[in-house]
Amino acid sequence: MNYEERLQNVTVLGAAGKMGSGILLLTAVEMTNLSLKPENKGKTFVLNAMDLSDEGLHGLMKYVKSQVLKIAEKQTVWLRSVYADRADLIENGEIIEQYIFDVLNMIRPTTAMEVAYRSNLVFEAVSENPDLKVKILSQIDTNNPNKPWFFTNTSSVPINLIEEGAKLDGRVLGFHFYNPPAIQKLVELITTSSTLPEMKEFALTYAKGLKKVVVPSNDIAGFIGNGHFMRDGLHGLSEATNLSVKYTFPEAVYMVNKVSQDFLVRPMGIFQLMDYVGIDVMQFIMKVMNPYMENENLHSDIIDQFIELGINGGQMSSGAQKDGFLKYEKGRPVAAFDPSSKEYVSFETFAEKCDAQIGALPEGAIPWKKTVRLKNKEEVFGKFFGKMKSMDTLGAQIATKYGSRSNEIGNALITDGVAANKEDVNTVMLTGFFHAYGPINNFFN
Amino acid sequence: MRKKVYMTAGYNTISLGTGRKEFNPKKPRPGIEDYLKEAGQGVLKQIKGGADSVDESIMGNFMAARFNKQANLPGFFPMIDKGLEYKPATSVEGACGSGGLSLMGGIRSVLGETADVVLSMGVEVQNTVKAIYGADILAGAGWYKERKQGHAYFFPGQFSDRAGAYYEKYDRDKARKGMAQWYANAIENARLDPTAQEFHNTHPDPYAQSLKMEPNGKIFVDHLNFMDCSKVSDGSSGIIIASEEGLEKIGVAKKDAVEVIAFTQTIRNITEQPADRTELTAIKKAIEKALANAGITVEQVGTIELHDCFSIAGILTVEALGLAKPGEGCDYVADGKTKRDGEMPINTTGGLVGWGHPTGATGVHQAVTIWQQLTGKAGDSQIEMKADSPYGMTINMGGDDVTVVCVIYKQG
Repeated sequence: MNYEERLQNVTVLGAAGKMGSGILLLTAVEMTNLSLKPENKGKTFVLNAMDLSDEGLHGLMKYVKSQVLKIAEKQTVWLRSVYADRADLIENGEIIEQYIFDVLNMIRPTTAMEVAYRSNLVFEAVSENPDLKVKILSQIDTNNPNKPWFFTNTSSVPINLIEEGAKLDGRVLGFHFYNPPAIQKLVELITTSSTLPEMKEFALTYAKGLKKVVVPSNDIAGFIGNGHFMRDGLHGLSEATNLSVKYTFPEAVYMVNKVSQDFLVRPMGIFQLMDYVGIDVMQFIMKVMNPYMENENLHSDIIDQFIELGINGGQMSSGAQKDGFLKYEKGRPVAAFDPSSKEYVSFETFAEKCDAQIGALPEGAIPWKKTVRLKNKEEVFGKFFGKMKSMDTLGAQIATKYGSRSNEIGNALITDGVAANKEDVNTVMLTGFFHAYGPINNFFN
Repeated sequence: MRKKVYMTAGYNTISLGTGRKEFNPKKPRPGIEDYLKEAGQGVLKQIKGGADSVDESIMGNFMAARFNKQANLPGFFPMIDKGLEYKPATSVEGACGSGGLSLMGGIRSVLGETADVVLSMGVEVQNTVKAIYGADILAGAGWYKERKQGHAYFFPGQFSDRAGAYYEKYDRDKARKGMAQWYANAIENARLDPTAQEFHNTHPDPYAQSLKMEPNGKIFVDHLNFMDCSKVSDGSSGIIIASEEGLEKIGVAKKDAVEVIAFTQTIRNITEQPADRTELTAIKKAIEKALANAGITVEQVGTIELHDCFSIAGILTVEALGLAKPGEGCDYVADGKTKRDGEMPINTTGGLVGWGHPTGATGVHQAVTIWQQLTGKAGDSQIEMKADSPYGMTINMGGDDVTVVCVIYKQG
């Protein structure tokens, strides 16, 4: 079965979810582009969008339509050549509409999992529950005569666990998109010792078709991305705990969040990032990862406490940020939660005092946004962090410690065998987390 | 000319589109009626008696029927001013040459003695659709049967082919340098006119900016970059066309008007591709005839507003004018001879690339600029007119060298 044949019947499980919808969109576009090649004329391509939520599927089709419109408008030059033999399609507008129709016409929204029984390729993007994943994949495999290949989008469950549990014999691999899949360039590719080589080759071709950057990660719970993020988050929580001896908890959260953003030149502070991912998601992923960790306890009492209080963070279906450690107004954090009073305390009441405690940014500071196109990053960051190390302000101290810890986490991912090398770790953090510099560096020694 | 014809009381709205600080594609923008009102009233305010002094009106517009879902444009004149109600008005269309046709219609009414004072306007509001759909609409300036084979960006595609032919026949590097200088001049001039679309442009080195950006056929066209092209613009312009009696009636002194010395129009067959893509033959004919009718040589012309919808069109028109030999128009431009202080100041408020290109309004905008320059009303854009070259010229083109209007002017 070649690449095209493999993609002639595909099912995405959990297609209406945050990750599933992006995977569905990208796959639908890739399949449509294949179907429009002259050599594939007359062949039928089917993409089942399977999800348990009717309401979700309704929204999914709207999402796909709006996204394909944008894609088509950007690729009209190429689309005109694709539809060159269609005498009835003359204007750009007509060509764009036809393309949208062709993409939507490939997608079969459904709540019935049985559709996957005929697929050659099954994408799994259901919730991060190992037992559920094993159960579903096993059921499909038993009923599907095609010996289908399974791609799981898990960000934390070891692939060999799924492989063994569902008896898939090398027919499953981890293809971990970053959120949102339509925009994020990174994919972590996780194979097991028995993964079929032709399946891995297919995955690389498919990733290339989707214009993704692939970083291979070994099959160790959490892989590279969450392997770094969970520990990085725990470090932030522990720093806040240390500070909360002298300051209130909201003040401590504010300070650590600010330092991890401004002093470390990151796109957002660590508490905002944990809210973005979802405090509940973090708790869940750590629970999945923890049994596989030797000599390490991936757990936070503070996270448990917030979940018990029903404060989860994450995003609404509109993409707006829900409140978590921080409270948001128009997407910007404005207050921090105090677990003792169970109320958010406005930054305004303590920002001035805390900012004074943190101290000024080292000389030569540049906002993260401006570092994206920086050409001499090594030199600029070297100088900046060099200055920072020599300062004795609270902010500089927390940041230096934070940078060293991030460095340590990155290196541990290599010694633990999760990542093959420094480049892979740094690529994941640069591409998947939009860091301005990789965690493995010489800035903080 | 069997009778003296003058133009005066010109007015331009801003050319709105990307580049202007006011422009936000996500927010509502003024509609076609807002532009017409502003430009029309801007003209009428400058003449004695206002609308009551106007005998008839004429409107140049290309594709309001599609950009704005609006036809029957003469009906907007009474909206501009009640004084225009129950008076004759018409609208004319010749793609991006519509404004030129509006001028010509006005001149003819005066010559035909059906009017002493004509309000000539042009308008286009194109930001109602994204550029990729606007390209479909503007493709109407070509032959519809060639649309299917044409480029997604149809007209950039047409002129990219012209640029490609020019590169091949002459020298690509030289041509690119001339085209980059064309852009730099356009920006330099536009920065002096507050109504220009590039008025807010602050790039430190537009020449290098354009020269550095290699044309990329994968995302746009093969032989032009974005800076070789005029942008998508909304705007309107208006001017009064009057007889001597008319000027008296509206209380304008001759020195505050320009006299139309000659006007010509040429048409090239829309169903035929140009025989040689490195030549603009309809433009060349129009210029030659106009100069002959005026009885002057191009050296006596002190400033020209020409139709640089694309930088290559500007360079080819320089050659059609006889200012440079074929293949040397790019050098003429690269040497700075078309700059505002050069041998032949061209497009002194930025032209289509710099000032903007609200398609149906462009021909009228060109006349307004020449009127401003020749009567000393060009503000910061004012150039010095010399005694031995007192004439001004406008060249307005519709489609790919299809509908061309050339007018020669002199201060009244």
